[in-house]
Amino acid sequence: MPSMALPNLAPAIPEIILAVGAMAMLMLGVFRSGRVSDMINAQAVVVLVLAAAAVILVPGKLLLTFDGVFILDDFARFMKVLTIIGSLVAVVMSIGYFKAEKAMRFEFPILIVLATLGMMMMISANGLIALYMGLELQSLALYVVAAIQRDSARATEAGLKYFVLGALASGMLLYGASLIYGFSGTTEFAGIAAVIAGGGMSLGLIFGIVFLLAGLAFKVSAVPFHMWTPDVYEGAPTPVTAFFAAAPKIAAMAIFVRTMVTAFPAATPEWQQIVVFISIASMALGAFAAIGQTNIKRLMAYSSIGHMGFALVGLASGSLAGVKGVIIYLSIYLAMTAGTFACILAMRRREGAVEEIDELAGLAKRSPMFAFLLAMLMFSLAGIPPLAGFFAKFYVFLAAIEAQLYGLAVLGVLSSVVGAFYYLRIIKIMYFDEPAEAFEPMPGVLRTVLGLSSIVVILFFLIPGPLVAAADFAARSLF
Amino acid sequence: MYSAIVFLPLLGALIAGFFGRQIGARASEIITCTLLTISAVLSWVAFFSIGVDGGEEHVTVLRWLTSDTLQVNWAFRIDTLTAVMLVVVNTVSALVHWYSIGYMHHDPHRPRFFAYLSLFTFAMLMLVTADNFLQLFFGWEGVGLASYLLIGFWYLKPSANAAAIKAFVVNRVGDFGFALGIFAIFLIFGTISFEEVFANAPALPEAARTMTFLSWEFDTLTVICLLLFMGAMGKSAQFLLHTWLPDAMEGPTPVSALIHAATMVTAGVFMVARLSPLFALSETAMMVVTIVGATTAFFAATVGLVQNDIKRVIAYSTCSQLGYMFVALGVGAFSAGIFHLFTHAFFKALLFLGSGAVIHAMSDEQDMRNMGGLRNMIPVTYWMMAIGTLALTGFPFTAGFFSKDAIIESAFVAHNGWGFYAFLATVIAAGLTSFYSWRLMFLTFHGRSRASADVLHHVHESPAVMLVPLGVLAIGALGAGYLFKDLFIGGNHEHFWREAMAAAGGTEILEAMHHAPGWVAWSPTVMMAAGFVLAWYMYIRRPEVPVALARRHVLLYKFLLNKWYFDEIYDFLLVRPAMRLGRFLWKQGDGRVIDGFGPDGVSARVLDVTRSAVRLQSGYVYHYAFAMLIGVAALITWYMFTGSVH
Repeated sequence: MPSMALPNLAPAIPEIILAVGAMAMLMLGVFRSGRVSDMINAQAVVVLVLAAAAVILVPGKLLLTFDGVFILDDFARFMKVLTIIGSLVAVVMSIGYFKAEKAMRFEFPILIVLATLGMMMMISANGLIALYMGLELQSLALYVVAAIQRDSARATEAGLKYFVLGALASGMLLYGASLIYGFSGTTEFAGIAAVIAGGGMSLGLIFGIVFLLAGLAFKVSAVPFHMWTPDVYEGAPTPVTAFFAAAPKIAAMAIFVRTMVTAFPAATPEWQQIVVFISIASMALGAFAAIGQTNIKRLMAYSSIGHMGFALVGLASGSLAGVKGVIIYLSIYLAMTAGTFACILAMRRREGAVEEIDELAGLAKRSPMFAFLLAMLMFSLAGIPPLAGFFAKFYVFLAAIEAQLYGLAVLGVLSSVVGAFYYLRIIKIMYFDEPAEAFEPMPGVLRTVLGLSSIVVILFFLIPGPLVAAADFAARSLF
Repeated sequence: MYSAIVFLPLLGALIAGFFGRQIGARASEIITCTLLTISAVLSWVAFFSIGVDGGEEHVTVLRWLTSDTLQVNWAFRIDTLTAVMLVVVNTVSALVHWYSIGYMHHDPHRPRFFAYLSLFTFAMLMLVTADNFLQLFFGWEGVGLASYLLIGFWYLKPSANAAAIKAFVVNRVGDFGFALGIFAIFLIFGTISFEEVFANAPALPEAARTMTFLSWEFDTLTVICLLLFMGAMGKSAQFLLHTWLPDAMEGPTPVSALIHAATMVTAGVFMVARLSPLFALSETAMMVVTIVGATTAFFAATVGLVQNDIKRVIAYSTCSQLGYMFVALGVGAFSAGIFHLFTHAFFKALLFLGSGAVIHAMSDEQDMRNMGGLRNMIPVTYWMMAIGTLALTGFPFTAGFFSKDAIIESAFVAHNGWGFYAFLATVIAAGLTSFYSWRLMFLTFHGRSRASADVLHHVHESPAVMLVPLGVLAIGALGAGYLFKDLFIGGNHEHFWREAMAAAGGTEILEAMHHAPGWVAWSPTVMMAAGFVLAWYMYIRRPEVPVALARRHVLLYKFLLNKWYFDEIYDFLLVRPAMRLGRFLWKQGDGRVIDGFGPDGVSARVLDVTRSAVRLQSGYVYHYAFAMLIGVAALITWYMFTGSVH
């Protein structure tokens, strides 16, 4: 019987900051007439920074609240900080874009903050109901964000597709959750784990896991639940795509890992098969399909599908090293994605933004620094040493080999070879093709984002210690 | 002093090669020429102190490599044979260097040219001073490289590139044998130092006397000698491996004089002489050397009869004279062979440089059919060429007279079963030599000019820097035979050669030579006179005769003009099958199999997969939903059938 006293709110302070902040911004936006976008953008940044600070500063090693369905451990803290960084970058980079497109809406930063709130709830979820609640809060905000350019047919189509398919995925997830509840009698992760460990494994539970996984795989856009990704990435405004590519992926992967590792540790051999399958399928499809793309945002969609496949390699090993690999992978992925989208946002001429890969032709002659950093990001995405992307892959493959998943590791390396082709093609276009018309100069914000992420990507190999240690620390809290 | 002789040319090559651009063409010329001249003067000093005063030097420069039982030093073995070669190489090289200043003065790449020339000289000196097989091989390949670079010096000319490659490839064939020979030496003797090999060779243990290959038994020393001789055949352009030498005339004429007449091509002769203690032990090997030499002497002389390119005639003449030298070596008259090498260097370099002066005067015209009547226009060159021709044909008391006659006589008195064949071949070749040499002289310098007025207008005598070397060589061509015959093959030869070659250079046969019948001694001179008269008759008296003759014996003429069709036969037997095989491996093996199933095939499959993956992305929501449902259904089915639930 739960007590009627107010639960301990301290672990949820970051979420409370976001919720209250979002509400305040909404009020401000609705009731203040005139141009409030700048102010709200600034407030969103402040709120996100505050939330990040709170995530780090809330004292305590392992905090449970709301009757144990909300958990704040090192893993959650680490993932939340990553997620907030992703959101923050998206907000900051969006300002210039929407200004240039004359499509500034004050709702955008608010929706990002709300989505971030959902993601953080999700990351902290310690039970199926909390998981669903966080997921839906995040998703509803994302559906709207995808379609935020209401007068653009493509953006609307993208939003609608995402909504319909997302609803289907949510339905599957709910169905899986109810099956699990039905066969285990509890919705809390620890309880489920105890039931399975006690010999309660059944086909019904397996069905439940499959459906639950389908829902989660949809969020990380793993094959075969990825189909929405290219259309939404291409159709949505670029800052939205940049947001989609980073924060929600990290959050969804975080809850994916938490669910598998804490709720189903005894069923590892079972879910491992699914994860191996979707991991291989994602890596392969990401590599092959991206080759056929001409639109750079669509290409990044396939690239992100492939990268989620690589991250899942770490999870598939089901070990501490594997989870550590996932965490490192996501951190480096965040840096690479942020930098790449800063470059994509900088692909702008006087007449507007351009998205075709061929527009990058001869970039090395026009803006050598831009081209060099983008080339470094591409090399890193392809996983070429000594750039950060190599180490990301290194850790997950190492974990897979330690877990004796040799086939998975070999297929992963092979698909990264195939994938290297399209990254290298971009470099070839930039360096060896006849120059196309020059872009507008890169705005300062994008320069900063590109510069910071390039520093991470290029210099990671010099000081990998802090990240690896932090990831190790975070991963340990799950075991 | 010996180190200076060897390394001064290298120093010149390095300076001109690496800093030629900075210091300019003139400075490069002066530096390389001066260093070479110092080297040449020192060589003569060495010649007299070693050869005439008697003595032998051994200079170890440094330990080269040590690998288990294989130990190799950089060391100079300076005996009389080496001293003779030092004199020949450095004298001719120095003269050619000076001559080239005049000959190449239009060329923009002079520093490179002089660097190559000096590099060649260094490699050749390495070769002749070698005291072990590896150093010999190093010099051997070094001169091969320099020859390649110099033949292809005008690298914009496709024919020059082709000739350079041909020279390189044909020499590879010989070098293959040479390398195998060195391996065999190490296998049998466990060392590659000359000293030890020569000391051990006569008393080889019974077990090592024969070697078995595919159940055939061979005499070890014969096999080794024949393999080594293969290398000599390649480098010295002997019958079957001679095809590269005439083509090598694509290089600048000073190069032809230095490398393809006086020095490098004699490396094979030097090698056999140097290894004479080995060759003398194998009768079969000596016989092969004789036969190959005699055949080459005759064959090349016949081809020389009908060639029209002035340099090609001299090239075939070189080929033929090298054959003479091998005959001498083959019958055991090593000293006679080296003597001919020595005299030949003077008069052949003279002829080449002289023809270079003619070509220079005729605005780069090389076809003798477009010359004629140049005697009065370039008289100095004419007389120089005449002296060279006299020496080559063996006119009494010129250089060639002594050395060539010695070879012919020693062939006659040889016990070797093939001595008489060699005698016949060389005597006939002497007549042919006289004919084609005088044909060259008459076509070029006598009669009415057949050149265009424009060319004739420019005909001019060469500058002094070219004529002086000619004069020095002319003195050698006239006097070298008379002055040195006593030392090389006369009464003093034993004191002169000492341990440098087997049996002090063939004392026994030299002795027998003096007792040869009188008609033998006279036969080459008679042949020489007959050749001269015939040439005079056909090209001065009755110029229409050769044309009629060629028309009447058209097959024979064609046969000779096309050099016995060797190039065509090789082309058909070797080059084209190799090309076909290469093309097959390229198109079918590499292109179709490796690329087809490798990179190209894989990438094509990748694109196929990409296309279908992209096609899946139809844009319809119900397709996407369908994919999701199929995915879930497939996963569930998988679990139901694998029964992995416990």
